[in-house]
Amino acid sequence: MWRLGLGLLVACAVVEPVWAEYADVVLNRLSEANGMRPVIYPHWFHRIRFRCKVCHSELGFKMRVGSNEINMLKLMDGQYCGRCHNNDVAWGLDNCHRCHSGRKGMETGIRGGHKAGGPGYW
Amino acid sequence: MVNTNRAWWRLLLLFCAVMLAAAAVEAGDKRAWKPLEKDFLHDPQGTSIQDLQNPGEAMSSLPADGAGNLVDWVRALREGYIQPRTNVFPETKVNVLDLDLIYGNTGDQPFVRFPHKPHTEWLDCINCHDEIFKTQFNGSGIKMSLILEGKFCGQCHGAVAFPLTECKRCHSVAPESFKGKFGAQQPLPVTQNAAPANNKKK
Ligand code: HEC
Ligand code: HEC
Ligand code: HEC
Ligand code: HEC
Ligand code: HEC
Ligand code: HEC
Repeated sequence: MWRLGLGLLVACAVVEPVWAEYADVVLNRLSEANGMRPVIYPHWFHRIRFRCKVCHSELGFKMRVGSNEINMLKLMDGQYCGRCHNNDVAWGLDNCHRCHSGRKGMETGIRGGHKAGGPGYW
Repeated sequence: MVNTNRAWWRLLLLFCAVMLAAAAVEAGDKRAWKPLEKDFLHDPQGTSIQDLQNPGEAMSSLPADGAGNLVDWVRALREGYIQPRTNVFPETKVNVLDLDLIYGNTGDQPFVRFPHKPHTEWLDCINCHDEIFKTQFNGSGIKMSLILEGKFCGQCHGAVAFPLTECKRCHSVAPESFKGKFGAQQPLPVTQNAAPANNKKK
């Protein structure tokens, strides 16, 4: 019987893997210090609509988490996320909560599923 | 006393059976995405959750893969499941290159095929050249240990593109069957046609 109990424990562990979607990015250089929730940027959602080259070449996002000095002023000026989130390509910057949607206390970085670590995290 | 004991065991047994069945279902369908309110990333208290799409809703209709987003993004693009935009500025030149490179310094692993085509369909030349890679075969000093540290191929693979646990997708050329020269495969070898088959497991 204890074997089944053990099986049960293992089963519970298998059924409940808790992780963010692969390649989700948390941006929290400034947000929380300024009273907003951290920003969550989902790669999976955007790559269904845009190729990497749109952001990482045309719009100049450097491919290193935390290396782009993004802030709200630049977004309002049409840079970075603001190039699209302008009520034209996508909904506008007035939808604060859609971007500032993260749990408090998270650090800037790339997150991932069970098999992701991301550069520097191996 | 004995009876209540039995009842408890039965209850436990039933519970175990249900949990194991649940585990089996989970294992059978490898493609299970966490809904946002359970991803330990989004604030379930926030007003945002109901405005955002759950990963499973968007990706369950895309071709399957066993790791990363559980989507084979190369197939999704090539077979037209998705039509992501190539540019937002009309004047941008969209560069695509069909050039495979084969690496042979792979120890006991199969050789590595680096295909430019699927990469340049997603990425621009300047995303790789010359910051990550020199524009010359064997010119950058690529090593597996450095890839695992997040350099070279590991800058994307392990972060956004399929993760480094998928050895065979890069180490895809069997040494016995490869008779050509390492480096640029131009004119493309006959095996080129078979190359995408590596990823057509499903
Ligand atoms: C809609 C814009 C957008 C698109 C499309 C996009 N990215 Fe990103 N990417 C970002 C942002 C934003 C960051 C985080 C930058 C920061 O923190 O300063 C990022 C970060 C990264 C990083 C850095 C990860 C790290 O560990 O530091 C990599 C690698 C990357 N992206 C690869 C890709 C690839 C590959 C694609 C295409 C499949 C892609 N991106 C498509 C916006 C985008
Ligand atoms: C398209 C996504 C997006 C939307 C919409 C958005 N923000 Fe931001 N916001 C960001 C990003 C990205 C940053 C930089 C994140 C970081 O590193 O902390 C940021 C940073 C901030 C900061 C930090 C200080 C500063 O000035 O940059 C504040 C405060 C802020 N946002 C408030 C708001 C408010 C208020 C709204 C709604 C009116 C809003 N944001 C809407 C993406 C967004
Ligand atoms: C190349 C254009 C582009 C850029 C750059 C861009 N987005 Fe978006 N984003 C979109 C589009 C298009 C949508 C979908 C809009 C719709 O459904 O109406 C979207 C949707 C979103 C969503 C909602 C996803 C959902 O589940 O519905 C979030 C959150 C978001 N973007 C955050 C960001 C942040 C943060 C940045 C900057 C780091 C950013 N985006 C940069 C085009 C862009
Ligand atoms: C993103 C592609 C990619 C993935 C995934 C990958 N490799 Fe490699 N691997 C390479 C490249 C490129 C080289 C360098 C070949 C050369 O220089 O000729 C290499 C080289 C190697 C070498 C030779 C020794 C060395 O340090 O260069 C070994 C052994 C190796 N890989 C094992 C693995 C194993 C095991 C896995 C899975 C855990 C794996 N690789 C996953 C691309 C990859
Ligand atoms: C995903 C990254 C990536 C992208 C994007 C990319 N390349 Fe490369 N390229 C490489 C790698 C890796 C090498 C080999 C470097 C090495 O072995 O050190 C290479 C080598 C080359 C070579 C030399 C081949 C030889 O025979 O020596 C040429 C030419 C080249 N690339 C052209 C391009 C052009 C043109 C584009 C854009 C259309 C492009 N590349 C986009 C990764 C990339
Ligand atoms: C700048 C980002 C980037 C770099 C650097 C990079 N890749 Fe990729 N690679 C991608 C993306 C994006 C895809 C599309 C599939 C995905 O996202 O999972 C991809 C797909 C692949 C595929 C699958 C092709 C297919 O037909 O299914 C192979 C093989 C591969 N990469 C090997 C390599 C090797 C080997 C290197 C290093 C020499 C490398 N990649 C470097 C971004 C990159």
